Amino acid sequence: MLRFVLTRLSLVVPTFVGITLLVFVLIRLIPGDPIETMAGERGIDPTRLAQLRKDYGFDQPVLVQYGLYLSRLVHGDLGRSIVTHEPVISEFRTLFPATIELSVCAILFALCLGLPAGIIAAVRRNSIFDHGVMGISLTGYSMPIFWWGLLLILLFSVQLGWTPVSGRIAVQYFIEPVTGFLLIDALLAGDFGAFRSALSHLVLPMIVLGTVPLAVIARMTRSAMLEVLGEDYIRTARAKGLPRFRVIAIHALRNALIPVVTVIGLQVGVLFTGAILTETIFSWPGVGKWLIEAINRRDYPVLQGGTLLIGTIVMIVNLLVDVTYGLINPRIRYTR
Amino acid sequence: MTAGVFKTPVVVAQASAPPHPLLEFWSYFKANFGAVAGLVVIVVLVLLALFADFVAPHSPILTNNTAFLKPPVWQQGGSIAYPLGTDAIGRDILSRLIHGARLSLLIGIAVVTLSVISGTILGLVAGFFRGVIEIAIMRLMDITLTLPSLLLAIVIVAILGPGLMNAMLAVAVVLLPHYVRITRAAVISEVSKDYVTAAKVAGAGRLRLMFKEVLPNCAAPLIVQATLGISTAILDAAALGFLGLGAQPPLPEWGTMLADAREFVLRAWWVVTLPGLAILVTVLAFNLLGDGLRDALDPKLKR
Repeated sequence: MLRFVLTRLSLVVPTFVGITLLVFVLIRLIPGDPIETMAGERGIDPTRLAQLRKDYGFDQPVLVQYGLYLSRLVHGDLGRSIVTHEPVISEFRTLFPATIELSVCAILFALCLGLPAGIIAAVRRNSIFDHGVMGISLTGYSMPIFWWGLLLILLFSVQLGWTPVSGRIAVQYFIEPVTGFLLIDALLAGDFGAFRSALSHLVLPMIVLGTVPLAVIARMTRSAMLEVLGEDYIRTARAKGLPRFRVIAIHALRNALIPVVTVIGLQVGVLFTGAILTETIFSWPGVGKWLIEAINRRDYPVLQGGTLLIGTIVMIVNLLVDVTYGLINPRIRYTR
Repeated sequence: MTAGVFKTPVVVAQASAPPHPLLEFWSYFKANFGAVAGLVVIVVLVLLALFADFVAPHSPILTNNTAFLKPPVWQQGGSIAYPLGTDAIGRDILSRLIHGARLSLLIGIAVVTLSVISGTILGLVAGFFRGVIEIAIMRLMDITLTLPSLLLAIVIVAILGPGLMNAMLAVAVVLLPHYVRITRAAVISEVSKDYVTAAKVAGAGRLRLMFKEVLPNCAAPLIVQATLGISTAILDAAALGFLGLGAQPPLPEWGTMLADAREFVLRAWWVVTLPGLAILVTVLAFNLLGDGLRDALDPKLKR
């Protein structure tokens, strides 16, 4: 087992170095001088330009710049935003909880609907319900979620007026950030009005972001359940007179969940792709919207640092999923 | 008498002879309602795209300053001249959607072609030359896969600059690892088979082995993945267009149309609803077709 974990860990290091190199090189390739971009249309006098280029290290050879970048990285310094002059890492830290809150709720939403739908579809194979679930989930999987968000806004915010159009909480509430998760912070502060406001802001983005994972989870649960339900031990359990519900919910589901859990773990990258779009549509103040704004403002350090942090987080989550999978399923450990 | 006895088994042998692979494929494929529906939608879209200039009632970029945000024909204020209404600067939505089909299909096919060709070559190389080359290629693909697809595409577009061509290139890079992985895995499982050894013994060179012997036997998963890849490509390119990083106005790309329409959500539902519906239907059709192809081509599922 230790060997398995070590092998997986050793694969992570080159990937991480690769990401740093990729991010560094890619950002260097962006046309235009970053200092001149920073100065904007007013222009900048040459001595000040030279000074700033020196300050930011842009006058060094590329290899030296990469070395400097790595050494700063090791010290937790991801540079400062060219626009706000705040350290990238601290901006990321303030915005990241919003993205996590949205993503976790989206995954929970997807699980609450996707698991039962997949199970029932498998148990009632080829029924109308089964075909319905499969049809809807393929539609969900094919959904351009940026459009889906606009549709939901059109229906629930504009037509029915049930939910707010954008943002994370109504302006009249101020909640002292403790955990950074507004739902939890509002409860901690005992402010139920704020909690309700945060919840109503969360519902639509949660549905939008959860749609693709929901489709994937429903399909995956169904196919995993179908496979397990055909096994001999299920027939044995039925034959010895266990109630149908118990066989499905305990005997079958437990084994069917293994591939489903893996798939959920691997949805992290997909979730982030979705978060970029969802946050843009709903003006949700998370890292996805932050990165899109950084692109539009040509704020390289933010783009560089944000991409690196997100790549690293996805990498670590994938590693954890891998190791957990190895723990649950010994067969994986011994291949290769 | 003897002739009769002789003849019967011959007839039986003919009847049990395997049907032509294409016929067999078709008999599986047409049993799948969803796949056939997907195929029909795609054929219609291709026809619309090919004959867009004749089918579309107006030019997709022609503005009409007497008809801003006109509703579709069935709503009050709509007119038959603009069956699906007009956008904020008086362009016919139907015509833009039809020309958008041309653009989206072109994006899907061009991106997947580029990605499949380079991915297959990289995968073949990785599968044939094990060792350092393989490790280098596969590590690179792992890195590409680690970054969320849209984020990677955005970073690439940020470097190359926004625009349709660059967005297509970015999406092609994002899709690449899937084809490399599939080809490599298929190559590794094929290379140890007897027919490859036989070809090797017969003196086939490396290139011949790669492209003539092994590649055709890896084709099925590649075809399925390519079909599904078209839907991903259309979706991702539309997402980039929506973020303002893909096709630029006035190109009638569906994602870009949605981006333009965002501010009219409150006033004109049709400018927001229709382009997205077009994306959904197209992507869904390709996914249905891909699923059907997988079921028909996957020997494991055949009875």
